[in-house]
Amino acid sequence: MATTLAPPPRHVSPPPTARRRIRRAFRRRPGKFTYLVLTAIGFFSFFPLYWSVVVASQDNSALGKMPPPVLLGGNLWFNLKRAFTMVPFEKALINSFLVAGAITLSVVLFSTLAGFAFAKLRFRGRNILLLSIIATMMVPTTLGIIPLYMLMAKIQWTGTIYAVIVPAMVNGFGVFFMTQYLSEAVPTELLEAGRVDGCSTIRLFWHVVLPAARPAAAVLGMLTFLTAWNDFFWPLVVLTPEDPTVQVVLSTLSAGRITDYSLALTGALIAILPLLVVFVVLGKQIIGGIMQGAVKG
Amino acid sequence: MTQLATEERVGPRRGLLHRLDVKGSPYLYIAPFFLLFLGFGVFPLVFTAWVSLHDWSLLSEEHTWIGFGNYTKLFDDPAFWNALWNTVSIWVLSTVPQLLLALVLAHILNQRLRGQTFWRMSALIPNITSVAAVAIIFSQLFGRDYGLINWVLGLFGIDKVDWTANTWSSHIAVSTMIIWRWTGYNALIYLAAMQAVPKELYDSASLDGATSFQQLRKITVPAIRPTIIFTVIISTIGGMQVLAEPLLFGGNGLTGGSDRQFQTLALYLYEVAFGRFDFGYASASSWVMFLIIVIVAAINFGITSRLRRS
Repeated sequence: MATTLAPPPRHVSPPPTARRRIRRAFRRRPGKFTYLVLTAIGFFSFFPLYWSVVVASQDNSALGKMPPPVLLGGNLWFNLKRAFTMVPFEKALINSFLVAGAITLSVVLFSTLAGFAFAKLRFRGRNILLLSIIATMMVPTTLGIIPLYMLMAKIQWTGTIYAVIVPAMVNGFGVFFMTQYLSEAVPTELLEAGRVDGCSTIRLFWHVVLPAARPAAAVLGMLTFLTAWNDFFWPLVVLTPEDPTVQVVLSTLSAGRITDYSLALTGALIAILPLLVVFVVLGKQIIGGIMQGAVKG
Repeated sequence: MTQLATEERVGPRRGLLHRLDVKGSPYLYIAPFFLLFLGFGVFPLVFTAWVSLHDWSLLSEEHTWIGFGNYTKLFDDPAFWNALWNTVSIWVLSTVPQLLLALVLAHILNQRLRGQTFWRMSALIPNITSVAAVAIIFSQLFGRDYGLINWVLGLFGIDKVDWTANTWSSHIAVSTMIIWRWTGYNALIYLAAMQAVPKELYDSASLDGATSFQQLRKITVPAIRPTIIFTVIISTIGGMQVLAEPLLFGGNGLTGGSDRQFQTLALYLYEVAFGRFDFGYASASSWVMFLIIVIVAAINFGITSRLRRS
């Protein structure tokens, strides 16, 4: 790519604009090779998903052949029905939507509230508290699983989705993310003017901060929903196979020495599909959010 | 400053209520976070330490204080050392290729591409796939008799590999799942950092005849060093907690293979806590795991920053 020759100079001594044009010509312009590599990467990205559709549409005898079938079979509907009768998939989907939805609402609300306070209000201990929140982002979640389970057993929440929702209702990342965003997005003068007019803090929050926070709240909401939907370890520990989330059902389906793969991959497909729809519609925003969070983080 | 100014202007007329609002309401707004976090974040952490000093089984009401007994037992436990070794091996096998690939992918994406959003989305799609689904799909692909991967290897004259049976092969399989799921995500993080690198640097390098790869090595990597360190630390924290992949790869077995050949630390913890219900011992191992994460992250930080500086 870098070997492309420079365009022949049109002037003996190029004026500034032409020089800029030449410079731009040097700027890495992707050639065919780049797109070839990207297509290969795209293939590897999509293939396992495509593969789950292939396996989910076969019966197990077709899967026991070599070479393996690489095209869609006609058994998808049959496998779907099987998945919904053999494990409580309906319940799991409802649970997953409730869990991820509740967590998302709560994380966005509480993060915006706290983010507003950290970004725009002054109070004693602000810096140290914000620092402690950032520090919590580094603590691995696995560490607290055992006592958390004991706590849930004590208040008799084991086996209920409260046990999954409540501990995830806040997280350090959300507060940090909203603090960063609000400190730039809300003009301090506007809040000051509101104060002079006698606005209480809660009205400032409602009328000034919330509208300004909307784009960041949407991004945070999507990221939170993804994480909550995909969470595996804690729901597996605290829920039962009879009243599970989607991810817990997947572990039920893959249990045993000999896995019924057409069934297991049908399950995987069902678990992926809702997020895939969200991603196709809102992928651009999700990517923006991840990249934004990265630059600031 | 803002508040001070307004307070003076408002004066004593609106008095107490207003002062209370300005002084008190910030705490009100951060209270939900801290209350929930204290209850379900900090308390469990501290309580783990307390439990780890006891002979504490879920099956018995009696919890005897045994001091550091659990910890000394842990250091003599071959299964613990095996799990630690497996975790480190899988972490190296997955993190090194993952971050190198991500760097190259980000470099490719950092051009004026047609269909930019599409390419970025296809990089991220593995990451929105749930870890359980990934583990199940890849377990099928890595199947011994009817797996696609063994079939493709067969085309090159390579004998069937029993991926779950051996240490090295199972580590490769588990690492593959991790690499597939996380490469694109890291690439987007690198891409975000790369976009902040001044384009002029690349222009003059091109004029000097530097190849694309040279530009990546000499300009991009030094410029985004903080981001690289960040991703190394994040993948260390993640890598030390790998659980779903080995669990589901072994057909939901808690031991990670018949000889524990791919049992990770997190999986061992799960086995001790919810297979044997030995909560005291499991708590001790989770604290040791935390210390290991801190140490490995610190070593990483040291190495990465020195390497890039030289």
